[in-house]
Amino acid sequence: MAAENTIPVIVEFTGGLEMLFSDERKHKLSVPTKDDQGKAVNIGWLVEYLCDKVMKDTRKEMFVLDGHVRPGILVLINDADWELEGEASYALQPNDNILFVSTLHGG
Amino acid sequence: MAPTLCAICQIARALIIRPKNHQKLCRECFISIFEAEIHHTITSTSLFSRGDRIAIGASGGKDSTVLASVLKTLNERYDYGLDLVLLSIDEGIKGYRDDSLETVKRNAVQYDMPLKIVGYDELYGWTMDQVVEVIGKKGNCTYCGVFRRQALDRGAKMLGINHVVTGHNADDIAETILMNLLRGDLPRLARSTSIVTGDSASDVRRSKPLKYAYEKEIVLYAHHKKLDYFTTECLYSPEAFRGSARSLIKNLERVRPSAILDVVRSGEDMAKLVPEEVTGISQCKSQKVSLSSADGEREGAGGCGSSNGRNSGGEMADMEKKLQQDEEAASREIDVSSLASSTAHIHPPEKKGHDPKTGKTGRKDAGRKLVKQTLGSCKKCGYMSSQEVCKACTLLEGLNKNRPQMEIETDVEDNESSTLRRRMGGVALAAG
Repeated sequence: MAAENTIPVIVEFTGGLEMLFSDERKHKLSVPTKDDQGKAVNIGWLVEYLCDKVMKDTRKEMFVLDGHVRPGILVLINDADWELEGEASYALQPNDNILFVSTLHGG
Repeated sequence: MAPTLCAICQIARALIIRPKNHQKLCRECFISIFEAEIHHTITSTSLFSRGDRIAIGASGGKDSTVLASVLKTLNERYDYGLDLVLLSIDEGIKGYRDDSLETVKRNAVQYDMPLKIVGYDELYGWTMDQVVEVIGKKGNCTYCGVFRRQALDRGAKMLGINHVVTGHNADDIAETILMNLLRGDLPRLARSTSIVTGDSASDVRRSKPLKYAYEKEIVLYAHHKKLDYFTTECLYSPEAFRGSARSLIKNLERVRPSAILDVVRSGEDMAKLVPEEVTGISQCKSQKVSLSSADGEREGAGGCGSSNGRNSGGEMADMEKKLQQDEEAASREIDVSSLASSTAHIHPPEKKGHDPKTGKTGRKDAGRKLVKQTLGSCKKCGYMSSQEVCKACTLLEGLNKNRPQMEIETDVEDNESSTLRRRMGGVALAAG
């Protein structure tokens, strides 16, 4: 895929989620600008992409439940709660920082 | 999309949406309101008195790290006059606790607080790794929980401190309330809602300053203040029932974020309806403060705590002691400190109606018959207990009995010889 057809994004996992992603906290990704239907990619698409292409761990249910990010996992888009940004429908922009933080682990 | 502005300062971009009221806030306003609310919880419940020495139960996880950071900030900002110390329990879980203790050690430097670490091995003669070898991964949380609650008391006593604060948050409290509701355990439900649970006899009280703080906000606070905390799940499988209550709470929060605090408030209101002979909260009708252990287990029930008589040497504590003396048999009056010795636990306690495999001690009876729970001291180790022999000693009895049995069993299996040797070493230690 040509460079102009991809968006660079940084995806981070903390709060224990990094366990599911090869113990790597920070992932620099280059994702396609459009999905299969030719629509601009959004966070909902990214979550699926992470499950399919990035996560090596088989425990997908620790990250996604019933097609949604598991309750108890916070999603921050450029440090803002994704609820302020339209949640899964937020369209990815170049150099966005998407942070997934689990609140489910011991304190 | 145009950025939403902060509802308070109207200048900066909103980054946080508060679960309890959907308020949209910027980073600075969120941090300041989060701290102000904890300050309000502390002052409205008269949690501390000037000059108090406070041990912060520190695991290195998000909750206790945020608690330590916020208490340090508030202590300086509002001049509480508190002497803060970090108290950590080393359960002896390799690859989990040893890593998280490194975080606590860094926190001690970052927050400029002294740190005390007490281990299960020194207190009980068993590490959790050894306990799991004997009883398996199922049900070990019971042991760990019972041991930890007493270990915090003992650690505090070693430091000469009579108040331990823990990082229990609103989600934890809601979870415990639901669990006790689902088990039909009204006494524990009532006790688990109190912000202060303590005990004039053992001179150690526990409190939960983050009781009204959402777990989500605690994580966001840690994130936005860039706090250094540890996040790996315990290696041993979590308690299934608590896990279900937890998922339920998180699912409710998704649909209606205020649900968590609503459950906490419902729990508090239900607690008021539970008769005092059931909760063991006697002699202080008007106060919500009760006696129990941190998350509603049955250890240390009975007696009465108070929101004003914080100081164990204070008038209130003396009066409580006197009231208890009047009410209870003279044989209950045992000087706890003189009996407290870390070696007392190694001797197996006397047989008591108890199933060491499940760790159950007739919980149903307590709920159904509504037996009044009165505070006494464990006749084995001297620590506060509502039973003759405390739960920690009862569990230890089962463990110590099982130790030789396990050797015989593993003897048959050749491939476990290394495990066997380790166990033999453990036996030699305990015997010597």
